[in-house]
Amino acid sequence: MGKIYKSASEALDGLLFDGMLIAAGGFGLCGIPELLIKAIQDAGTKDLVVASNNAGVDEFGLGLLLQTKQVKKMMSSYVGENDLFMQQYLSGELEIEFNPQGTLAERMRAGGCGIPGFYTKTGVGTVIADGKEHKDFNGQTYIMEEGIFADLSIVKAWKADETGNLVFRKTARNFNPPAAMCGTVCVVEVEEIVPTGSLDPDSIHLPGIYVHRLIQGDHEKRIEQRTVRQKETS
Amino acid sequence: MAWDRNQMAARAAQELQDGWYVNLGIGIPTLVSNYIPEGITVTLQSENGMLGMGPFPFEGEEDADLINAGKQTITELPQTAYFDSAQSFGMIRGGKIAMAILGAMEVAENGDLANWMIPGKLIKGMGGAMDLVAGVGRVVVVMDHTNKKGETKLLKSCTLPLTGQGVVDRIITNLGVLDVVEGGLKIVETAEGVTEQEIRDATEATLV
Repeated sequence: MGKIYKSASEALDGLLFDGMLIAAGGFGLCGIPELLIKAIQDAGTKDLVVASNNAGVDEFGLGLLLQTKQVKKMMSSYVGENDLFMQQYLSGELEIEFNPQGTLAERMRAGGCGIPGFYTKTGVGTVIADGKEHKDFNGQTYIMEEGIFADLSIVKAWKADETGNLVFRKTARNFNPPAAMCGTVCVVEVEEIVPTGSLDPDSIHLPGIYVHRLIQGDHEKRIEQRTVRQKETS
Repeated sequence: MAWDRNQMAARAAQELQDGWYVNLGIGIPTLVSNYIPEGITVTLQSENGMLGMGPFPFEGEEDADLINAGKQTITELPQTAYFDSAQSFGMIRGGKIAMAILGAMEVAENGDLANWMIPGKLIKGMGGAMDLVAGVGRVVVVMDHTNKKGETKLLKSCTLPLTGQGVVDRIITNLGVLDVVEGGLKIVETAEGVTEQEIRDATEATLV
């Protein structure tokens, strides 16, 4: 067997190369593969192209790879939380390819399903449609978007069994399953690896066929916008 | 007197129908959930992967794994379901979400919507806005009638880069309610104390 590795750096050993395309799960700082991102920072791999909905914040998540200028290009839908990103983008050090959020998710899912392109109404008549094939179906105009085929997927799940069957928790699932599906190799970090047979087979969110390497670790799980309501006082 | 933010949200809540699945944008649209009429049950979608979005948590009960599309901590409800981003936008693109209520910078008389970037300013990205306006059944915009400089936001054609083409169905502003119809915009309601003439004076778009 042997999908389980001792550490993030060990799990990434032999997989990293300059200029590679990495698909990363997470939405904001929720459900991001924080241990694998840190290990990629330590490895110093350069000129990365990263497909991820967001770019972390300055000091955490994918922001770490921006600090060390390891990222050449981001494929994202929203990067408003990261000042460092803006500085590097404006100075020309960093490229950005904006993707509508659903288009980005579907591009990952499609890549993982062996679908090189699909048509969507999203972005028709906007700058997103510039240079893309347009086609009419039933009197409506659609644009073609291409599937993403990543060299590596980095993913965070809640629990895994020893064969890599994954269970996610609440909204931390987000981009993790589609990101996991679209990589040639997929490395997953979880909060707990449980014995095979202890997960309900009907409740697996992503089957282990998509998972090649697995680590268990401690996660900071930072909250970006802590918002609370007051208990009613009598 | 024109409507304030809360009155605009309360008016937008009148658009909701029992049993609908809806998506509320950031800003005034978020306030709509405070004014859902009695007897109406709607399920709120959060496009990061949740149906059945509950209120903000009490202090000490925040969960880093449970946030809304604005990255705020939230709670779940008995009917809550979670799913991944591809399925979330599958239900949006597939027309399963009955209505989206969102803010805007500009709306044109043909229903064009601009709400994601201003050339020359920092571009943060469109997030899920382009997918929502292209996919959901009905798009209702809630925004002030004019910008901070007092210029109208209801135009003959948008000057800012579009989020979607011909996608807006209804606009609720501080002055009233307008529908996008053949040939332009139609005033369907005025805020208390606001005259149709005041709306005309504050609107560049063709009014029919």
